[in-house]
Amino acid sequence: MNKPKLDLVPTGPPAAPGENETFVLNLGPQHPATHGVLRVKLTMDGEFVVRAEPVPGYIHRMHEKMGENRTLPQFLPNTSRIDYLSAMHYTHAFTGVVERAMGIEVTPRCEYIRVITSELNRISSHLVWFGAFLLDLGGFTPLLYAFDDREQILDLLEGLTGARLTYCYYQIGGLYNDVDDAFLDGTREFVSYMRPRLDMYRKLVTDNIILRKRLIGIGVISQEMCRKYGAVGPVMRGSGVAYDVRRAEPYSAYPEFDFDIPVYDEGDSMARYMVRMEEMEQSLRIIEQALDKLPDGEVNVKVPRVIKVPPGDYCYAVEAARGRFTVRLVSNGKPIPYRLKLRTPSFTNLSLYEEASQGMMLADALALMGSLDLVIPDIDR
Amino acid sequence: MSLTLETLAKAFTGLMPEKPVPEPVPDTPEAKDSAADAPAKDEAPAEPPAPVPPFFEQVDFNLRGFHLDATVLPDQVVPVASLLDEHGFAIDAVTGVDWIAEEQMEVVYDFFHPTEPWRVAARTRIPRAQPEIQTISEVFPGANWHERETHDFFGIRFLGHPDLSPFLLPEDADYHPLLKDFEA
Repeated sequence: MNKPKLDLVPTGPPAAPGENETFVLNLGPQHPATHGVLRVKLTMDGEFVVRAEPVPGYIHRMHEKMGENRTLPQFLPNTSRIDYLSAMHYTHAFTGVVERAMGIEVTPRCEYIRVITSELNRISSHLVWFGAFLLDLGGFTPLLYAFDDREQILDLLEGLTGARLTYCYYQIGGLYNDVDDAFLDGTREFVSYMRPRLDMYRKLVTDNIILRKRLIGIGVISQEMCRKYGAVGPVMRGSGVAYDVRRAEPYSAYPEFDFDIPVYDEGDSMARYMVRMEEMEQSLRIIEQALDKLPDGEVNVKVPRVIKVPPGDYCYAVEAARGRFTVRLVSNGKPIPYRLKLRTPSFTNLSLYEEASQGMMLADALALMGSLDLVIPDIDR
Repeated sequence: MSLTLETLAKAFTGLMPEKPVPEPVPDTPEAKDSAADAPAKDEAPAEPPAPVPPFFEQVDFNLRGFHLDATVLPDQVVPVASLLDEHGFAIDAVTGVDWIAEEQMEVVYDFFHPTEPWRVAARTRIPRAQPEIQTISEVFPGANWHERETHDFFGIRFLGHPDLSPFLLPEDADYHPLLKDFEA
C-alpha cells in the first residue's frame, strides 16, 4: 500500500506574480449540496470555477464483484440498492436481462403491473429531486410538499411490496405477488390527487421569477457534449435529443401506451427542470392507461428451479428515473454469472460536469449539479 | 430513420482486411498424396473454427440486446470509435472481462445512437500478461471515466489516458478486484 497523498494543490499552470491566483476548495464528501458522499475538488479563481474535478468512490461497494459470487436470484436484492431512488427500474433491468437470455416471456398482466409500479417509482424519484433541487437553490418549502406527495407513493408501494425504498418486487419470470384492490384503488386516487398538485407546483414554483432567474441560461449542456459523454435521461432530453429507452428500445408493455417524451432544446438547468416536471405528468398518463387496460390472469410463469443462463453475452436497458440503465451479463452456462456489468446513468451524467462547469460562478455550478439529479451510490456502485 | 444497419455494416466492412482467398489445391498426384497424409477432415466434422478477428456480425436484438457485434484487433479500437463517432453514436460504456483460462483480457465498448435505434458492441482481446490498449478518450471524452474504472477493476492500462489513478477504489489501492485470481 502506498501512503495516501494529500492532493490539495491547485491543478493547472501556476499563476504568474501579479496574475489572479487560484485556490482549492473542497466540496464534500459530506456536503448537503452533493446529496450523498461525493467529493468535488474545485479549483477556484475568486468566485469562479476554474476546474471542478469530481472524486467519487466514497461509497463504492463493488456490486459487480458481488454479482460474480452469488446466483442470479441471490443478486436480485443488490440491484435495488444501486440507485435507491429508482429501485423498480433497476430490478426490472436485471430480471429483464435474465428473462431475455433464458427466453422467458412473462405474462401481460405482469408487464402491466411492472409498468405501473415503475412509473410510480419514477414520480417518487422525481419528487425527491424536485424537493432537494429547490433546497439547493435556497427554497425550503417545496421540499415539504414534495415529500408529502412522495409519502403517498411510498405507502402504496409499501402495501404492495413490503418495502418503502429498496423494493425487490420483480422476480425472474414474474412478480413477488399480485396486486390487490387496495393498491389499484389507491393508485387511481393518487393519480387524481397528483394532477392538481403538479398544477400547483407549476404556479408556485415553475413560474416563480426567482427560480427562473437562477436556472435560465445556467449550465448549458450542448447536444454534442451529451453525445460525447454519453449523458442520458432528462439531461439529454433537456438538450434537445428525444432519447428515451422506452421509445428507442421498447421493452415491457411500453409500446402499448400513449405518452409523450418531453424535450427542451435550451440545454440549460431550466430545460432539465421542465423535462422532469413534465415527465411526472406523462407517468400519470401511463399509469392511468395501464390501470384501465390491466389484463386478467397469472402474474408468474414457470421458471426452472435452478436459474442458468446459456453461455453468451446479453444486455438489457431500461429508462430509469435518471436515464438509461444497462445490465450486461456474460454467462458461461453456470448459475453464477461470469461477469456482470452495471452501466449507470448518474456515472455518465456526472462525467460531463468538469467540462460543463468551467468558468461558472460557484452557486451556479451547484445549480448545475442539482439539475443533473445525481444519486451517489449509482455512480459508485 | 436515416441510418440503416446496412450502411453501418458497410462502414464496418471498410475496417476489415480483405480475407486472402484460399489457394485452390492443385490437382496433381503429389498434392493428392500429401492430402491423404494429412488427417482426414471429413471423418471428424468438428465444430467450425472460430472466426479470426476482425469480423463483425448482426445479432438478434431481442435475444442479445444489441444489433451489431464487432470483434476487432486491439489496434483497431480507435478507428472503430472514430467511425462510430462520425455516424453520430454516443459512448455507452467501456468495460472488461477477465478470461483467465485463455490468458486473455477482453475489452468491451458499447455505443448507442441518440436518434436511431441501433446499439453496437465492439470487443477486442489483449494478452492478460500485458494488458495494454490505446485509449479512445480522445474520440469520446466520456470514455475517460469508463477507462479509469476499467483500469481500477482489471488493471488494463489505457495508453495515452490522461489520468489512470484509482477512481472508485481507495486512492492507495494497488489491487484489481474484478480479476478472477483476486483474493481479498
